[in-house]
This record gives sequence, structure tokens and C-alpha cells, in this order.
Amino acid sequence: MDQKLWNGFREPKLVQAKIRQIQKIVTRPWTIMEICGGQTHAIKKYGLDQLLPPEIEFIHGPGCPVCVTSLELVDKALQIASLPNVIFTSYGDMLRVPGSTGDLFSVKANGGDVRVVYSPLDSLKIARENPEKEVVFFAIGFETTAPANAMCVLQAQSLKINNFSMLVSHVCVPPAMRAILSSPTNRVQGFLAAGHVCTVMGYWEYPPIAQEFRIPIVVTGFEPLDILEGVYRVVRQLEKGTYEVENAYSRLVTYEGNVSAQKVIQQVFEVCDRKWRGIGVIPQSGWKLRKEYAQFDAETRFDIQSIVTQESPLCIAGFVLQGIKKPYECSAFGTLCTPENPLGATMVSSEGACAAYYQYSRNLPVPKMNHV
Amino acid sequence: MCLGVPGKIVEIYETNGLAMGKIDFGGVLREACLTYVPEAKLGDYVLVHVGFALNVISEEEAKETLALLNEIVNLEEEISAQD
Ligand code: SF4
Repeated sequence: MDQKLWNGFREPKLVQAKIRQIQKIVTRPWTIMEICGGQTHAIKKYGLDQLLPPEIEFIHGPGCPVCVTSLELVDKALQIASLPNVIFTSYGDMLRVPGSTGDLFSVKANGGDVRVVYSPLDSLKIARENPEKEVVFFAIGFETTAPANAMCVLQAQSLKINNFSMLVSHVCVPPAMRAILSSPTNRVQGFLAAGHVCTVMGYWEYPPIAQEFRIPIVVTGFEPLDILEGVYRVVRQLEKGTYEVENAYSRLVTYEGNVSAQKVIQQVFEVCDRKWRGIGVIPQSGWKLRKEYAQFDAETRFDIQSIVTQESPLCIAGFVLQGIKKPYECSAFGTLCTPENPLGATMVSSEGACAAYYQYSRNLPVPKMNHV
Repeated sequence: MCLGVPGKIVEIYETNGLAMGKIDFGGVLREACLTYVPEAKLGDYVLVHVGFALNVISEEEAKETLALLNEIVNLEEEISAQD
């Protein structure tokens, strides 16, 4: 499958045809949530929300791991990274995430050894090369990064790399979908399920959610045509009154997902309650290391004293993450809060809703176009 | 980081007991772990997340999806030609 074939999913002629197809079947307003921040980014980047008929409103979901990593954990990261014998490794996006008293960048500026890595494997390598140091990896992410993190723990164990540990902040998508649907303020009528999470997990977890909440769920990819196909299928179901799970990303997603990856995740992690930044604790919504791997758990390895957290009083990211408010409704958006100087986590990563709005549509709200 | 990147496997080898590969991302070569895609062969396209290939991309499915989408456009053109 070469780049040309992949680019086929951006073909303007097909995009326009798909939009016309959606226009033909839509008869009334529908609100659709895309779970994944990568999709939020694509929707803003290609202006899909502006191209679609005005009946369709996107609500942006909490699917950006940088944004939902709890303030407590960010603060713990800041404390650990400040310790003299520690090399703290993280994805670049996390460096600017504001904790209560600064960010990882400021720790680095004050002499902390904070390094950006692309994969946890890089972190493991740093640990092997620096046996006299404690190397910590900030293991954030949804189901997409869990296979990598789990495998690195197994590697560390088999290669006896004893100076390696992880600060784990894993979050899982299906419990978040349930939490959103159970909220009294919920407005979501259909879901675009996060395609890349499903490449790992498949979509066997979704039929019970679709049935229980009577909501259509369509597994959706990230190219403009993928997203429009997801929207088309959700709208088709909404107009018919059905609530099935469909797969609109068949080139990558199967019902079972990647079974060997799921097994390794199971082996290393167990389900736990997890606090989501801006949202609060969602029961059974995260993974933590199993007891057998406690030696690789940075939270037990480093004695971190109780932390007093404090969010910026201006930030309404919690509402943004739940789809209750749009970023431009925040008084700090684009003025006091920018990607260079973020007050909240959703302004940091390009997958965060505030950053996506800032990057692609600073002058919002703009009137919607009726036709393309 | 949830945005996996598609790339082509150009080399397969082993490091510390893990199946690894060189992946070509549109001209940029990077290493990725192949342990979760034991079926992957040289020349296959895989989706890579944070250094791990998690799926082999189905070329067949991609072609089929695009063919279906193209059909809609053709159908529309036929209909408007008849008008
Ligand atoms: S614009 Fe900044 S302050 Fe406002 S909700 Fe978004 S992240 Fe928070």
C-alpha cells in the first residue's frame, strides 16, 4: 500500500461527493462526538466541520492523552524529574503541559535531566547506557501506546535493566465513552470511535455500549474521507433510528484487533480507577502495572510526598473535554492561553481541542456554509 | 501520539530477542519493533505507534474502499448526465 493509495483518502472529488451524500440523507440536527484528538485535529485542519451541512455538530472528545493526564501525575513527574540522580524521559508534547508549579521544560531549564524520546525503547536504551542513573519514562497514552510500554517492561525484566521505571498514566477509551453517555449534560448522539485505538483493541468492546445507550458507534480513520465516511454512517443510522457498531476503517481494523498486543497488555497491566484531568475520576478507566512488575513502577520507586495541585482558575478545559463548551468560549483562549504559553493541557498537544482551534480557526465562531 | 504513521518495511532483523525492522516513512528511515506483527514481510506497509508496528495495512481493503467511493461519484455523474 503505497503513499499514492493512502493519498486516495484525501481526493477532493471524493470528499465532495461524500459531503453531498451526507447532505442528501440529513433531515435534522445531530451531534456527533469524535473521541480521538487526532480526529479533532484532522477535522479542524481540513475544515470538515465547515464543509458539512449545518445540521451536523461535532463535539470534541477527551481523546488526547497529553490533555487528560491528571495534574497530580504531572506534578509527580515534575518532582521526580527534579531529583539529582534521575534522567526523566518523555514524549515531547508533555514538556509544556502545565503542572501546578511549572512544566518539565522549566525543570530542564533549572538543571534537571529531561530528555525527549520518540519511543519507550529509546528510554530503555538510555537506561542501559547510564547504569548509574535512574531512568524514568512518562508512560502516558491510550490503548495505542500500551503495547509499546508493556513490551518495554518485559524487555527491562528479561535484560535485567534495574534502573528503569515508568510513571504510568494509561487511560482507556470505552470507560470514557460510558462516562460521557452517563453524564446528565450529555449531548452526544453518535460516536466516531477512535480508529487507531481499535487497531490494537478491535471493536468487540463496543456492541454492549451501543445497545445499552442506544447509540450508533462507527470505527473511523483519520484521513478526510475516512472521517466523512464515519459521519455518513453515523448519520445514516441516526436517521433510521438504529444503533449498531460499524467499521469504516477496514484497511486497519478488525473485530478482534491485535490479539498478541492485547495479551501482552493484559500480562503487564491491570485495570484501575483513573483520574482524568478536567474530568475527575472515571472508574475502571485506566491501566496500572501489575504487582509483579512493581519494581518498574516509578510511583513506588520514588517516595513522592503529598502534592497540592492547583489548576489555573481561568481554564475551562474540563468542559471542553466533555464537549460542553467549545475552546473559543474560554476567556483566556488565544490571549492569555496560547500554544507557546498554555494555561491548560488542551492547549499543548496538537491533538488537544484548544490547540486545534487555535491553529486552524482563530477567528471562530464563523458562520457555517450551507453548500460546498 | 495516537496518530500512527504508515511506512514500508525495508529490512527485518533481531535485537535482544525482539523482531525489529527498518521502516521507510516516505524517504525517512526509522527503526520499529515488529514483535506484534509476526506475519509482516519485507515490502509490507505497517502502521507504527511510538516505535512499534501494530498492524499490517490491508492494501486490498484500501483499494476496495476507494473503489466503492469512486462508484458513488460515477453514479452521481451518470444521474446528472441523464437530467
Ligand atoms: S483556551 Fe487554555 S485556558 Fe482556556 S480552556 Fe483551553 S487550555 Fe484552558
